Amino acid sequence: MRGTISIKAMLAGALLAWAGGAEAASLTVGFSQIGSESGWRAAETTVTKNEAKKRGITVKIADAQQKQENQIKAIRSFVAQGVDAILLAPVVATGWDAVLKEARDAKIPVILLDRDIDPAGKELYLTAVTSDSVEEGRVAGAWLTKTVGEKPCNVVELQGTVGASVATNRKKGFDAAIAPHANIKLVRSQTGDFTRAKGKEVMESFIKAEGGQSICAVYAHNDDMMVGAIQAMKEAGLKPGKEILTVSIDAVPDIFKAIAAGEANATVELTPDMAGPAFDVLKAYKEKGTVPPKWIQTESKLYTAADDPLKVYNSKKNLGY
Amino acid sequence: MSRNLPVLVAALLFAAGYSLCATQFPAFLTTRVVGNLLTDNAFLGIVAVGTTFVIISGGIDLSVGSVVGFTTVFLALAIDRWGIPPLAAFGIVLGAAALFGAAMGALIHVFEMPPFIVTLAGMFLARGAGFLLSTESVPINAPLYSAVADLSVSLPGGGRLTLTACVMLAVFLVGGVLLHATRFGATVYALGGSRHTTGLMGVRVGRNTIAIYALSSLLAALAGIVFSLDTASGTPLSAVGVELDAIAAVVIGGTLLTGGQGGILGTFLGVMIGGLIQTAITFDGTLSSWWTKIATGLLLFAFIALQQGSVALAGRPGRAARLRPEQPVGRPVEARP
Repeated sequence: MRGTISIKAMLAGALLAWAGGAEAASLTVGFSQIGSESGWRAAETTVTKNEAKKRGITVKIADAQQKQENQIKAIRSFVAQGVDAILLAPVVATGWDAVLKEARDAKIPVILLDRDIDPAGKELYLTAVTSDSVEEGRVAGAWLTKTVGEKPCNVVELQGTVGASVATNRKKGFDAAIAPHANIKLVRSQTGDFTRAKGKEVMESFIKAEGGQSICAVYAHNDDMMVGAIQAMKEAGLKPGKEILTVSIDAVPDIFKAIAAGEANATVELTPDMAGPAFDVLKAYKEKGTVPPKWIQTESKLYTAADDPLKVYNSKKNLGY
Repeated sequence: MSRNLPVLVAALLFAAGYSLCATQFPAFLTTRVVGNLLTDNAFLGIVAVGTTFVIISGGIDLSVGSVVGFTTVFLALAIDRWGIPPLAAFGIVLGAAALFGAAMGALIHVFEMPPFIVTLAGMFLARGAGFLLSTESVPINAPLYSAVADLSVSLPGGGRLTLTACVMLAVFLVGGVLLHATRFGATVYALGGSRHTTGLMGVRVGRNTIAIYALSSLLAALAGIVFSLDTASGTPLSAVGVELDAIAAVVIGGTLLTGGQGGILGTFLGVMIGGLIQTAITFDGTLSSWWTKIATGLLLFAFIALQQGSVALAGRPGRAARLRPEQPVGRPVEARP
């Protein structure tokens, strides 16, 4: 019987560990997060907690460890708890109908974050807060055309993972923005797989193929590849940020360090703050009954050396990127 | 008595855990949480029944999670893209899975290969085949699916006993009868005691081994059907690692990982304990969800220790028998319920 007692004691300990805070608050929101597979997603979780705190909202976070079945379980648990609303960052686009119906039957509004779901489920959620990756590419392209002016400019592009919709869209937006300007030419474009190592490698091959002096600007689909590319340019004796313009997307902390050091020029933010706008429309919906539009697009903000990059770096470095 | 101890401990653990949760979160006393616990873990429960048979027979099946994933993708494509009626698609996938399991069983028996390796290969094969069919999630828009989604018995207090939960309960019931009250079930125990002795006793070891693995894959495909009904979609990513969750549930439920001992009721409790931990952590909402894994890991350690302890305390077949294999001990006979 000794075994039984020790197991019970252990169980009590394990269960008491989480038997801490369950006090009442004005609004309780359940958040089914995909996981913490990337720095950006970790930052999104941190920002969600911070934004909830700012507004006096209690948020319950369930990390699904990349599994849809865990997200479904989490949503069902949130419904059983009778939360006031559910935030869902869906891991895949389909398979949500049944569980979202359960939430609707319980009159709990669901807001999607960061990703949309299959069109068939449109009436099952209140709104989706996502960024527009075509717009991100367009903002990057617009900055380049404005900075270059009428001078001829050869651009090399570091693409994201082949086939990823984000990569396709960021290319589409950028291409559209530079298309009317005949002086700006995209001379090379290759995938750097969204990673630093690959970004550096591909940039080295660009420099070899084109000759460093003839490249006027680098566009990377994310900051990580740009950080690698900056390294490659420096090793080739070039001066990124001065001789070669750089623009990339995401606005991770490290790129602000590079901008502050004068080695990078611009980045377009993919904001990790999807929950802030979600909480705002939720409050309006709960208090005044305002039905928000089906899609809330987050701002694709451009950052350059004029935006005090060190300050931005400091504000971002503890978010978990 | 000592054989029932693990099940008893699992039952006490579940009851104690549930009560503790109920004092912390009053919602645990609603039928909604009970209904969720059954529905959410339906596919895991069905898989775990098959795993129980395999483990009691002294084997292991690592391929079941992948078979679930393959099944959901196959069904989505078959029904939505190729226009096969859902019930026919169910039949095809169940048949294919049974053959797949039978083939693994045959490999294990004929070539005397370790089940771990054979089913590991099966795991890669089925997962790869799933991704070959589609790398994306595919929605299923068949009328049967929307009809089934609404099919449930309303419990007093807002809970729902869904069809998927009922299927799981039925599988446990049938599995229990099969394991505890039939000749096939007795053979499963005997195989786990000693394959060699069982063969000497005149039991057809090969045929039974094939049947056990076919059953495990068949139940995995059934779990895949349940999963696809629950989500009305199929994705090759579904049910990654479910084989390990199933093994954990089976062991927590008191089944000996070395085979020969255990039961279906314990597995049910094991599945429910896992579900309970996960629900509790979601209800809390501040703890990292990875605590689910940590708690399950601790429970596994505790239960393995408990099993070893009770085997040693009983002093009977346990260690002495393993030291002197040339003297077959009457474990297979004793194991007959």
